[in-house]
Amino acid sequence: MTADAGNVATSKAAAAARRRTRAPFVTGEYPGFRFFTIVFFFFLYAPILVLIVYSFNDNRSATLWTEFSIDWYIRAFNNDDIRRAALNSLTIALVAASAATVIATLAALILVRGGRFPGHSLAYGLISLPLMVPEIVTAVATLSFFAAIGLSLGLGNVIIAHTVFCIPFAYMPIQARLSDMDTTFEQAAQDLYANDWNAFRHVTLPLMMPGIVAGAMLAFIISIDDVIITLMVAGAGSTTLPVYIYGMVRMGVTPEVNAVSTVLLAISILFVSLSWMINRRR
Amino acid sequence: MSALPQSSALRRMAGLMPALLVIGIFMLGPLCIIAAYSFMEASPYGGVRPEFSFGAYRQFLFDLDLDDSLIFNPAYLNIVARSVVLAVAATSLSLVLGFPAAYYIATRPPHWRTVLLLLVTIPFWTNLLIRTFAWILILRDDGLINSVLMWLGATDAPLRLLYTDGAIAVGLIYSYLPFMVLPIYASLEKIDMRLVEAAHDLHANRLQAMWRVILPLAKPGIIAGSILVFIPSLGAFIAPDLLGGGRRLMIGSLIHMQFSSSRNWPFGSAVAMILLAVVLVLMLVYARNAGRGRGEAAR
Repeated sequence: MTADAGNVATSKAAAAARRRTRAPFVTGEYPGFRFFTIVFFFFLYAPILVLIVYSFNDNRSATLWTEFSIDWYIRAFNNDDIRRAALNSLTIALVAASAATVIATLAALILVRGGRFPGHSLAYGLISLPLMVPEIVTAVATLSFFAAIGLSLGLGNVIIAHTVFCIPFAYMPIQARLSDMDTTFEQAAQDLYANDWNAFRHVTLPLMMPGIVAGAMLAFIISIDDVIITLMVAGAGSTTLPVYIYGMVRMGVTPEVNAVSTVLLAISILFVSLSWMINRRR
Repeated sequence: MSALPQSSALRRMAGLMPALLVIGIFMLGPLCIIAAYSFMEASPYGGVRPEFSFGAYRQFLFDLDLDDSLIFNPAYLNIVARSVVLAVAATSLSLVLGFPAAYYIATRPPHWRTVLLLLVTIPFWTNLLIRTFAWILILRDDGLINSVLMWLGATDAPLRLLYTDGAIAVGLIYSYLPFMVLPIYASLEKIDMRLVEAAHDLHANRLQAMWRVILPLAKPGIIAGSILVFIPSLGAFIAPDLLGGGRRLMIGSLIHMQFSSSRNWPFGSAVAMILLAVVLVLMLVYARNAGRGRGEAAR
């Protein structure tokens, strides 16, 4: 759009420039920026690639490349501690993400569709509070809180802590979807004598589904990736995969960690891409 | 107006209650607890003794001498200073790397923009611990960089890269770079390129057009991005813990330590309250900046 306008306006200048065998002058183009962008994406993705490549390396030292192998994956899969931690991670993420999504959906319906009311921005502020407080502060505060009220439900404690910080992440896509949604379909449903519940069940809910699914997925990855809060809150039996990896990394790098990490990376990337595609298909 | 009648205060309560209860009890509650703990005395085996005391905040600046006189002890202040310096370094380097990338993405055709933006966001949604761990593989003594350097014959002995402040800074930039790019992109994308053309018509060269037209228009995004990188960098735990080897402390690691090995909960709570206060003030600045940006856009 604007780039085209720029092209037309500067075509004369561009022609003159070409005669001097220089790059054509395009308004708003900065030649060095492409290089910076390449460096930027290289910086962003190279470490991830390094990790993936090393995870397939058939070598104890984990740094010198010898031969392609999936041994570390097999070993990681056969490690009982890793399996138990993975199961904990899945349980926590499934329960916390589902709970957070239901809670966030209800809240979004009220905050987006309920009109203005006293305390509206206060409620919104409270929902986004977990995003604003530094994770380490949330971690030690939640630990102190559970210790103070004497709540020790094992996995339950971790699930509660995860639900709290999953709520704003589930809330954001749902809110975005709801604010973009037209109310005409719902009005049509009401014109056709649907009661509130039927209009919600058959019109509003299906329309906001992409937002809900995207929110649930984001909440799920946020939960399954969390280290700091779980590290402080989880007791002996409720170690999650990232906390287990943290322990292994602190003891020294083993190729097994690379393999587990790669699997966790793959899960996150899959979920983000899916959530992106679902949210784009409107 | 909507499927939910606005009149129904009862329904409003029912819908909001779960969110407000869960966050109110399990987020505000814990924050109140550590706020209270920060004014109590430490119990020798972890936890607190319920006696009112400013001791935790005093300990932040002063040691007690044998005769109870205060001796200034800059050790903790140094940790704060180190955290601020590292967070500022991470923020400015993120800006240098992130601005050109954001600009380049914002000037692509719309189809390319969405794909490139997704590529920026993907690492943000992947595990921070794992992404930081990948840097250990790259930076350690027998890691990728040292192996390549020694293979090239550039150095005989491995360079000390891991467990340095530089390694922590790289880890921080790597962790939070997307936070810099996304807001800058959002403000650049709205720029009317005819303004840049007008600048060129008035004989501005590229540098002048950037400095006098594009950068001022991108300012809200730059401020937002800088705050969004600075805040988590300041309270970071994973990067200093893994890449700093746990010895080069930042505020985040200091807080963690008080609740694990040092067992001084009141002091840990006091440091956490100080960090929280700084972050909330910065958040207010951010919110006002965002509000002003919206106001200007509306005008």
